Amino acid sequence: MKRVYVNEQWCLGCHLCEYNCAFANSGKKYMATALAGKPIYPRVHVEGHDNISYAVSCRHCKDPLCVKSCIAGALYRGEDGVIRIHRERCVSCYTCVLVCPYGALLPGEDGAMQKCELCLSNSSGEPACVKGCPNRAIVYEERGERL
Amino acid sequence: MKRYVIIGNGVAAAGCIEGIRSTDTEGEITVISAEKHEVYCRPLISYYLEGKTDLTRMNYRGEDFYTKNEVRVIYGESATAINPDEHTVTVSDGSVLPYDAVCVAAGSSPFVPPMEGLDTVEKKFSFLTLDDALALEQAITPESRVLIVGAGLIGLKCAEGIQERVASITVCDLANRVLSSILDDECAALMQRKLEEHGISFLLGDSVAKFERVAGVESSAEGEGAFSGSYVAHMKSGAEAPFDVLVLAVGVRANIGLVKAIGGNVNRGIVVDDRMATSIPGIYAAGDCAEGFDVTIGANRVLAIFPNAYMQGHASGVNMAGGEELFDCGMPMNSIGFFGLHAMTAGAYEGECYEETTPESIKRLYVKDDLLKGFLLIGCHERAGIYTSLIRNRTPLSEIDFELMKQGATTAAFSSENRRKKFGGVV
Ligand SMILES: Cc1cc2nc3c(=O)[nH]c(=O)nc-3n(C[C@H](O)[C@H](O)[C@H](O)COP(=O)(O)OP(=O)(O)OC[C@H]3O[C@@H](n4cnc5c(N)ncnc54)[C@H](O)[C@@H]3O)c2cc1C
Ligand code: SF4
Ligand code: SF4
Repeated sequence: MKRVYVNEQWCLGCHLCEYNCAFANSGKKYMATALAGKPIYPRVHVEGHDNISYAVSCRHCKDPLCVKSCIAGALYRGEDGVIRIHRERCVSCYTCVLVCPYGALLPGEDGAMQKCELCLSNSSGEPACVKGCPNRAIVYEERGERL
Repeated sequence: MKRYVIIGNGVAAAGCIEGIRSTDTEGEITVISAEKHEVYCRPLISYYLEGKTDLTRMNYRGEDFYTKNEVRVIYGESATAINPDEHTVTVSDGSVLPYDAVCVAAGSSPFVPPMEGLDTVEKKFSFLTLDDALALEQAITPESRVLIVGAGLIGLKCAEGIQERVASITVCDLANRVLSSILDDECAALMQRKLEEHGISFLLGDSVAKFERVAGVESSAEGEGAFSGSYVAHMKSGAEAPFDVLVLAVGVRANIGLVKAIGGNVNRGIVVDDRMATSIPGIYAAGDCAEGFDVTIGANRVLAIFPNAYMQGHASGVNMAGGEELFDCGMPMNSIGFFGLHAMTAGAYEGECYEETTPESIKRLYVKDDLLKGFLLIGCHERAGIYTSLIRNRTPLSEIDFELMKQGATTAAFSSENRRKKFGGVV
């Protein structure tokens, strides 16, 4: 399956991906009305230290510890391999945060957990973070499954 | 065609079903379910009482789970014996089920120590099952004064769940702090304060000497003596706790009986190897009834937590079906919150402790032999799974920037080579 991969040497740490993510998942038509003047709750986060930075989002693990650990059965793997969440089931216990090795899960504005679902079912249709990255520091491609 | 029998219908059983089906789509699966419910999220029974979920959303895998996986479930009956020579399981309805592989996923039962006068208490409940929660819901009213015996995870979750629906809650425990099995004094004090802010009172380091029915006191609207159908718990310390509804959350014991009866290796739980096999061929065990390997202490122990139950169940299923899946990285871990304050704990609290505290948060990381062994985090849990992965993978701390990692869990503390694998490949 296609996943989002990081080219950390190209990342400028501009955080544009975070805004594109928040916008793509806002359901709004204009970025300004969607995001201006409020805290944003993106599903991708730029991390880094010293001179490095890179955008972290869900790895859509082959063996997703979050899915196996969720005490509410909220996290699941779709037929297409994408790890998704039934947010209405989440009780904000943070067990998934305790097990995800990549720090890919964070609560949304309403407190329920949210995660990258590759924009497959929002208006963007493909990862908005990747589409908007001016430096190709994140890409969306097939890198093959190591079996 | 292989025949599989699963004893119990909790999350370990669900994991077992999914494990079997990942390997064998043909075999015949029969589940014996003492509870008359489809598999539900046991930890959500308090959230149900709190109104944060409902019976539909609590269903762990959705309506079509058993049909989709072609599983036959026998509801409301128990397995009464495993007969290893005949390769059969005897069920309480008298039926006998032949098996090629059986998984004991029987969970645990409440442990109630003898307490004087307990049999005189009418409204008393355990808090382990959905039916317990539904019965408790029937019993409480906005006037109820509830006494909860046990300040562990289950007792306190129960308290949080009903706090807005009753008049008062008192929690007592023999231990001198709350959540004594996972929190140290300071962390427990922080949690206790949070619970007290929400009106929950504590009698710690104390235990019930005797329950007494308060005779002849009618309920009256005002203050003192307003007992209705009431009791008093006389504590060993001399304190008295009036109540009308009692919740017993002292502890649980693993259901090991079926395997013990046939001479299988049992301890506190049913002893399993990293394939979830018991000492008897063809018999596997998983979840709260099993005693598997804990990577943080290097020995077997019961790890009665949800993720462990699923993963052990899954591994057992794969192995029962002839595949190979090891579960060799179990460890205690808990993410538990009360009224918005979250505590995360994992592993063993041994070795050198690095700590950082503020009035609202506590972080303790335990390091030994160049490995992270365990941690305790309150109010600072962002990306905590990165810490957990250091324990699980036994990552030598000398290979990462541990100084950076101490400040906050981050993948930036790994080498760029390591990060290339994490974020540039399929994981
Ligand atoms: C209130 C509460 C809150 C919790 N919160 C958390 C939490 O936040 N995080 C966490 O990680 N864990 C939590 N847990 C623990 C977690 O729920 C358990 O670890 C997990 O459910 C264990 O699953 P299991 O399938 O092994 O056992 P169970 O879920 O106990 O299932 C075993 C089933 O087997 C049945 N059974 C027993 N004997 C027989 C027999 N002979 N024949 C047929 N059926 C039988 C039992 O009736 C039971 O339904 C909580 C538990 C409780 C009670
Ligand atoms: S949330 Fe974390 S554990 Fe779950 S699939 Fe994504 S990266 Fe893996
Ligand atoms: S926080 Fe929500 S998604 Fe995460 S484990 Fe808990 S219930 Fe599941």
